[in-house]
Amino acid sequence: MILTLTEAERQIALGISVAVALGGLVLAAAGTQDTMEVHGWLILVFGAICAVVVIRDLWGPEPPRSRLESYYDEPIKAGIIASMAWAVVAMFVGVWVAALLAFPDLTFDGAWASFGRLRPVHTSGVIFGFGGNALIATSLHVVQRTSRARLPDQLSPWFVLVGYNLFCILAASGYLLGVTQSKEYAEAEWYADIWLVIVWVTYFVLYIRTLARRKEPHIYVANWYFMAFILVVAILHIINNLAVPVSLGHAKSYTIWSGVQDAMVQWWYGHNAVAFFLTAGFLGMLYYYLPIRAQRPIFSYRLSILSFWGITFFYMWAGSHHLHYTALPHWVQTLGMTFSVMLLVPSWASAGNALLTLNGAWHRVRDDATLRFMMVAAVFYGISTFEGSFLAIRPVNSLSHYTDWTVGHVHAGALGWVALITFGSFYTLVPSLWKRETMYSPALVEWHFWLSLAGTLIYIFAMWNSGIIQGLMWRTYTEEGTLAYSFLDSLRAMYPYYISRTLGGLLFLIGAAIGAYNMWRTIRAAPSSAPVEGDVPLNAATAVARG
Amino acid sequence: MDISHDALVAFSKSWGLFYLIGLMIGVLIYTFRPSNRKKFDRAKQSVLDQDDKPWT
Repeated sequence: MILTLTEAERQIALGISVAVALGGLVLAAAGTQDTMEVHGWLILVFGAICAVVVIRDLWGPEPPRSRLESYYDEPIKAGIIASMAWAVVAMFVGVWVAALLAFPDLTFDGAWASFGRLRPVHTSGVIFGFGGNALIATSLHVVQRTSRARLPDQLSPWFVLVGYNLFCILAASGYLLGVTQSKEYAEAEWYADIWLVIVWVTYFVLYIRTLARRKEPHIYVANWYFMAFILVVAILHIINNLAVPVSLGHAKSYTIWSGVQDAMVQWWYGHNAVAFFLTAGFLGMLYYYLPIRAQRPIFSYRLSILSFWGITFFYMWAGSHHLHYTALPHWVQTLGMTFSVMLLVPSWASAGNALLTLNGAWHRVRDDATLRFMMVAAVFYGISTFEGSFLAIRPVNSLSHYTDWTVGHVHAGALGWVALITFGSFYTLVPSLWKRETMYSPALVEWHFWLSLAGTLIYIFAMWNSGIIQGLMWRTYTEEGTLAYSFLDSLRAMYPYYISRTLGGLLFLIGAAIGAYNMWRTIRAAPSSAPVEGDVPLNAATAVARG
Repeated sequence: MDISHDALVAFSKSWGLFYLIGLMIGVLIYTFRPSNRKKFDRAKQSVLDQDDKPWT
């Protein structure tokens, strides 16, 4: 991979690696009294490994000029592998924390394995590790193809990808050590946050530079979604993480926001992370890979534009629905509720647009598990956005909030929508990028599909049941006006549901592991002997999946 | 600089509404402008083109 960089780029890459390693050394020296020391050494080792990798090929031959006549796909391949690796690890941790709720002894008396530390490893691992790497990889693929332009240089995509994974490692390892700023989905501490800003701004600039080089006059709609994702996540991340460390030698920091403002900023961040990380970016995937795989243009291009602006501008105001019945001013709660309900319109416009695109290609959906992944993802997108609008209504929220219903809703979106559209995109991308005719085993893609679907359904049905039972038990009063059930009573009632949700998660994990294995075997297989003309040979890909 | 709660509410309830309606009108004009139809039709067909090389 280093050989695809020019000599000047290799020198800069070496400089960056050394600078990162030295930065780690400074952190380790400054934080000797603190858990920050561990992170300092970790960064030092990470930077050193990068430096060694670069040095090995530093004086290798210059890449040929003919490279400019093809797209730059090396970092995209690495991003897909990283994404699947994070998926397997983080989903395993997910099954573990699910099991912890039914069998609390599974912490093995280790502080690092307590629920409060493992849970953010799961959430950050799947959202940022699996989802984030998938978004970086697919966005760089889509922007090149739809712009008909190669990435402007070879270094910055690698910086974005490797730097982003350093952030993910710092985040996940920090939670195990007990380093957290206690903001949901933004638990990583200040030094990791600063690093992510640098990486993310580079990502934004890289994307803009590629678009600026485009040969297509019109920017295809998938790029709009990816741009919104990159830009808004930068804004959210910076504003929510404004914090002052207790000292430069300590991991702990305190946010500059206080009281209800802090809560509002956090949930403005939290809900827009769902909106722009888990929705806008993955809609970008949907609007590119679904038409490609179905071999049909998107049903209505105009509708995709209207829903783009609807989604980006409505979502911004929906965050306060996380703070119903709190000290937040009543009108702000109502505003959040109203915008959440309005969001159903652009959300269903996107889901409907995707499903109508498949009209006339249903035989392909039946025969091709990859396309079926995307179809079911669009259905789950429709289901979970409907559920989200519903749950945001204040009286409904009084029943559902703080219960497992919320957890079920999140997983309907994260498993059913985000993960399935990602798998569908990967199964389209992997044979195409590695120049194979098909996946190693179409049968294993089928297995992956059905395991994912079964796991998701078991999971969300278990959580619907347990959530509604919890909500009802917590609001049932006796004739004397006291609560009829104690918290422990409701906990006992959850036991069977916690076991079945663990089972659902386990099925999903097995599916993901099968997917990772199948992709690995595809990558390791011999390249197809026939010279591949153009992009993924769609006829071949769909025909073999059928057979 | 002291902004009262009421002033902020009044500002959001007026200008917040105006700019969203303005945005909506702008988006509708852009989307349904007859001269944009050709551009959009081309865009939705062109992603299906399978030449896997950047244009020079």
